[in-house]
Amino acid sequence: MTGGSRPGRPRIRAFGLRTRLLLAFLLVAAVSAGTTAALTYREARNALLETAQDTAVAHFREQVQLTGFGLPVGEEGMQDVLRDIARKGKPHPWVVFAEYGSIRVSSGEHPVSTVITPELRRSARAAGVTGANPHGSFERVVKDGVPYLTIAMPTVFKTSPDSVLPTGLVLYAVMRLTDEELNVDALLMAGRDGALPGLAVALVPALVAARSVLRPVRKLREAAQHMGSGRLDTRIPVRGSDELADLARTFNETAAQLERSVRELREAEARARRFASDVSHELRTPLAGMLAVTEVLDEGADDDGLDADTARAVRLVSAETGKLAVLVEDLMEISRFDARAAELNADEVDVAEAIRKTLGNRHWTDDRIRTELPEGVRARLDPRRFDVVIANLVGNALRHGGAPVTVRLRTETRAQGPSVLITDVVDSGPGIRPESLPHIFDRFYKADAARTRSAGSGLGLAITLENVKLHGGTIHAGNRPGGGAVFAVEIPLNVEGAAG
Amino acid sequence: MPRVLLIEDDPSVREGVELGLRRRGHDVRAAATGEAGLVALAEFRPDLLLLDLMLPGMNGVQVCRQVRERSQLPIIMLTARGDDFDVVIGLEAGADDYIVKPARPEVIEARIRAVLRRLDDGGTGRPAIEVYGELTIDRAGLTVTKAGRPLALAPSELKLLLHLAAAPEQVFSRQQLLEHVWEHSFHADARLVDACVARLRGKIEDTDGSPRYVQTLRGFGYRFGPL
Repeated sequence: MTGGSRPGRPRIRAFGLRTRLLLAFLLVAAVSAGTTAALTYREARNALLETAQDTAVAHFREQVQLTGFGLPVGEEGMQDVLRDIARKGKPHPWVVFAEYGSIRVSSGEHPVSTVITPELRRSARAAGVTGANPHGSFERVVKDGVPYLTIAMPTVFKTSPDSVLPTGLVLYAVMRLTDEELNVDALLMAGRDGALPGLAVALVPALVAARSVLRPVRKLREAAQHMGSGRLDTRIPVRGSDELADLARTFNETAAQLERSVRELREAEARARRFASDVSHELRTPLAGMLAVTEVLDEGADDDGLDADTARAVRLVSAETGKLAVLVEDLMEISRFDARAAELNADEVDVAEAIRKTLGNRHWTDDRIRTELPEGVRARLDPRRFDVVIANLVGNALRHGGAPVTVRLRTETRAQGPSVLITDVVDSGPGIRPESLPHIFDRFYKADAARTRSAGSGLGLAITLENVKLHGGTIHAGNRPGGGAVFAVEIPLNVEGAAG
Repeated sequence: MPRVLLIEDDPSVREGVELGLRRRGHDVRAAATGEAGLVALAEFRPDLLLLDLMLPGMNGVQVCRQVRERSQLPIIMLTARGDDFDVVIGLEAGADDYIVKPARPEVIEARIRAVLRRLDDGGTGRPAIEVYGELTIDRAGLTVTKAGRPLALAPSELKLLLHLAAAPEQVFSRQQLLEHVWEHSFHADARLVDACVARLRGKIEDTDGSPRYVQTLRGFGYRFGPL
């Protein structure tokens, strides 16, 4: 089978041009939307959180500075003070913890916060010891999924306008940042909600771009398919001046050149065929006259009135006229195949009977021929052409192979396609040399180079092949393992089709 | 020996065939054109016409039709193989057989003899006159009448009808008919049979409706009846 033509419908391919273009567009859109959203998110989040924590830290510091702490610290009094500060939490309520030596007091239920990290404590203590950071330090902590702002504020004595001394009391404020987190989440949502429609909208130009690229590509593919199926006058409309238009123009020019070359080749071939056909036609008329009088020549050569040389010459002319007639007839036949003028006059026949008649008409009925012809096999054949096929193969086997020649008829049912009628012609000669096998059906091919002329025209097997092909069949030549050539003719056995 | 009129325009073929047949004892008259052939037909009164299809002026098919209008003279066409269309037209025009050129004289003579040969009676004890529906076949007198009117049947048509009617309701394949009626080989051109059946039906069947006398069995061949 030759390569089947693919359906012309555009198909969605896993990584076709369309998919790649769409993916590229989506990727660009996703990256830009993602980057924008991420930057915006980070800036907005920082701004929100910083506002909140600045407010909280400043307020806490102010509260701590405004509050006077009596030292040494007493737990009872301290708790009241802490609750006082806790009520003034800004921007959100906070819980205030105090640590002084081993004393732990808070405005809440637990004296010690689980949120405050050791780092914050350490930096607060360090600041408290050195007095380097009396403004306090803070840290954002996420505990159990809840964001907190923790502020540490060491209390100091003001020893002079420029210097302070740490009192050892450190106050901590712990504030939930839930509202801020909600705001940040809202930002994130907004970013996502903006990006997804953005991506969806990006699909539209992606599809448009893909279409504008794919349509010329599809046209090009269809045109190439048309060319491949033999419609060489296929051209593509050239639109625009982009690279695809250039491609279309190049395609058109190539197609035109191809069409021209093929036309010239076909014309040359047709001329050659017509010439062969004309020559044989022209030869036939004089031959018809000559062949009609060969009998007269033969009789004359047998008379005693002619001298020996003339008689030999007359016999030669007569014999060669006969061969010439066969050759011209074969040439005519082959040129009809070449011109596709050969007709199949098919008829349903009893194949075994047809083969027996072929052998009988040529007096191949002696023990040189063996037959295995099952009865009752009917096939739709052109009887004259089938006769030529069998006669050529058997004649060839007798001439170039060796007796006995076996003609075997069988049918075979194929899993796919119709059943076939197989006719094997097997001889008992030395077989066909392997180097000759590919050329055995060539015209005028001589398997034996020394033998320049044989009894046949040299067209017998070529005509056989054409006749089999006209029946929609095939013919194979080969050698048996034990020696002897095998020719197998396979013809579709479409009797049902003939009856309908 | 039969008298043969040969109408052939090519001088070498005309002379060759005339010479070859004359050597075999035939009385041959040759004509170069259809017009000359029709003239010779009247005065020479041949037993058979050998007619080339490709003639200048009046072509072979026209000659064939003109002859058939007046007589049931056996006609064999001379044709070149491959001129398939001409063969069909010639057979439709009423030719009984055809020969592909170039042909040896023995082949031409065999065809002439086959066309001229009368069919065997097909056994004794058969009544000389058989009646099938409206058809009356007189095997001895070689005449066929339909509803009392005599039918003008060409030799091949008459032989085909006699052969089929000799075994009513028996199916003959086209290859069998080629062998028995035309004395061709089994592998000859079955269009001879089809064309002859078509011509015969045109003469013996009723103009409307499906054929009664010569029936087709698709894929197998032809049979006579059943009525």
